[in-house]
Amino acid sequence: MQKYRLKRDLCTFVLHVLGHAKSKKSVMNILVCIAKAPDTTTKIKFNSEGNALDGNGVTWIVNPSDEWYALVRALELKEAAGQGKVTIVTVGTADDDSIVRKALAVGADEAFRINLSPESAASVAEQIAPWAKGQPFDFILTGKETIDFNGSVVGGLLAAHLDWPYIPLIEKLNVENGRATMFRDIGGGTEEIEVNGPFVASATKGLAEQRIPNMRGIMAARTKPITVVEPQSYSAKIEYLEFTLPQEKGACKIIDPNNMDELVRLLHSEAKAL
Amino acid sequence: MNVLVYIDLQNGRPRKSSAELLTYAQKLSGAGSVTALVLGHSLEDLSALGSFGAQRILQVSTPELTHFDGLVFGQLISEAAQFTGSQAVLLSFDHSGKAIAPVVAAKWSAGLVAGATGLPQGTRYPVKAFSGKALAKVNVLTEKIVVALTPNSIPSEKNGSSVAVESWIPSEIPASKIKVLSVNKNTTDIPLPEAEKVVSGGRGLKGPENWGLIEDLAKELGAATACSRPVSDIGWRPHHEHVGQTGITIRPNLYIAAGISGAIQHLAGVNSSKTIVVINTDAEAPFFKAADYGVVGDAFEVLPKLTQAIKKFKADQA
Ligand SMILES: Cc1cc2nc3c(=O)[nH]c(=O)nc-3n(C[C@H](O)[C@H](O)[C@H](O)COP(=O)(O)OP(=O)(O)OC[C@H]3O[C@@H](n4cnc5c(N)ncnc54)[C@H](O)[C@@H]3O)c2cc1C
Ligand SMILES: Nc1ncnc2c1ncn2[C@@H]1O[C@H](COP(=O)(O)O)[C@@H](O)[C@H]1O
Repeated sequence: MQKYRLKRDLCTFVLHVLGHAKSKKSVMNILVCIAKAPDTTTKIKFNSEGNALDGNGVTWIVNPSDEWYALVRALELKEAAGQGKVTIVTVGTADDDSIVRKALAVGADEAFRINLSPESAASVAEQIAPWAKGQPFDFILTGKETIDFNGSVVGGLLAAHLDWPYIPLIEKLNVENGRATMFRDIGGGTEEIEVNGPFVASATKGLAEQRIPNMRGIMAARTKPITVVEPQSYSAKIEYLEFTLPQEKGACKIIDPNNMDELVRLLHSEAKAL
Repeated sequence: MNVLVYIDLQNGRPRKSSAELLTYAQKLSGAGSVTALVLGHSLEDLSALGSFGAQRILQVSTPELTHFDGLVFGQLISEAAQFTGSQAVLLSFDHSGKAIAPVVAAKWSAGLVAGATGLPQGTRYPVKAFSGKALAKVNVLTEKIVVALTPNSIPSEKNGSSVAVESWIPSEIPASKIKVLSVNKNTTDIPLPEAEKVVSGGRGLKGPENWGLIEDLAKELGAATACSRPVSDIGWRPHHEHVGQTGITIRPNLYIAAGISGAIQHLAGVNSSKTIVVINTDAEAPFFKAADYGVVGDAFEVLPKLTQAIKKFKADQA
């Protein structure tokens, strides 16, 4: 408040506050893309063809960065604006409705499911882009990456199809009076940027704090709509094959804590790591 | 096949990954050509890129490209791919590659391999999946292909000689909708995803005031520093150091973990490291199962001893 030290600045101060109050009336319309992912403790196994996860006994969750960061920041911005809507979309089958309900329980207002079992990031983006085109979203958030395919590409593909700027890995996002500012990762630092018009950004740690759905949220989620959208035809550009598990490490060599010279020697001559 | 390699500039210089990308491109191209593309002004003589295998070097050096915009850069790279008659575009799977690769793939209608970890067999590219808990092959079905290469996937080789830099003029440079307001560089010089050596600390280090032990060792090794998730959640260390399934995935040559238990979510982000050293007081800590070398001991004693031993080793080598 140091800015308003002088009495004659009171007027400016009042206008400033009014300005904020006014900006609170803006309507925020945000789309968040959510994916399902195997729970992080899942022991990974594959089917006999080795081309897909063996889903037996797998617990599915909302992909962490979608839920913890993208969705929660979208909700916070809508709440701060006072008006608006947070829509979620997933490309998936009816089996994924339970995941969608989880995201609704966190607080999303409405959900769309594009009815296709996605085989790659491209198939996801090529379904969401035509569906989202022409809808009045201010911007679209995705997670940083799915924890199963780790592609980090759906957001970028989506943005390219919409011809919107794409900002991966944002750690902060503010939108006021239609002006969006954010911090993006620049590999060895961050950059504060301003983006004009609609954009797609991917959410990473720092953007928001995870929200645990409360009972009210869970009850409300039961009656919120999940609209099923039929998919567009699509031709695959890539396919995932030959899933295997990484080789187990050989036995760990235990080194005497008082003999770090020995460790250094092994790191140098045996592991060639020094 | 003809390969176009996008060379990213960091502080006006080609990133460390450039040499690796060019080596990869040379092997991928077979009898085809390798062209390096640089967008923006470079402080360094780019002709040296030839020594890693670039046969041609194109540069677009206009002030509009000072600030990075994945959409703009992706559009220019797509045009350059067309212009050079390339069948493959190669870039690094890092923060800027992640912003560009999908744009090139969409604009150029190419299949995208996100995070290749080595050279392909035919059209099948090795990648990691399930956050390092599995490996997979991506089979590319399209003629044109964009490959984003995970850093530290293949050793770089000097295999050529310097080449003249040509300035290239694209048909248009699209206006960016991104305006940069300020830049905050981390104090550490080595970005974690590119680091060849990483020293990492967990909750076993008890508090942020003890991180000097990690930093001293990292400094002696020329390593980047990292941490487990709770450590960055509590605010002992910055978010960008958090490695694991929900943090950064890394594959350095050497990963040294002190006071980290080795939970499955942590391992997911580090288990492709070539050599893993674990320092933990608890001989039963799960991390030892994923380690190459283990020290059962107190990090507060072991870390300074290890730093000393490295110092001595370096002195002996010199
Ligand atoms: C959805 C989800 C996602 C997650 N994602 C991640 C992730 O991406 N990355 C991640 O790291 N974690 C992640 N976690 C958390 C993970 O499950 C573990 O809780 C976390 O990795 C533990 O961190 P830690 O090893 O530092 O701490 P602790 O588990 O508390 O282990 C501390 C270790 O230090 C040892 N120790 C204590 N004192 C000393 C000493 N003086 N010298 C040496 N050793 C000592 C102890 O024996 C112990 O093994 C995730 C969890 C969930 C549920
Ligand atoms: N099937 C899907 N439906 C909706 N959004 C998705 C889907 N898959 C991925 N996404 C979004 O795209 C982000 C990046 O995914 P990926 O490119 O697979 O790493 C995720 O964090 C989600 O926000």
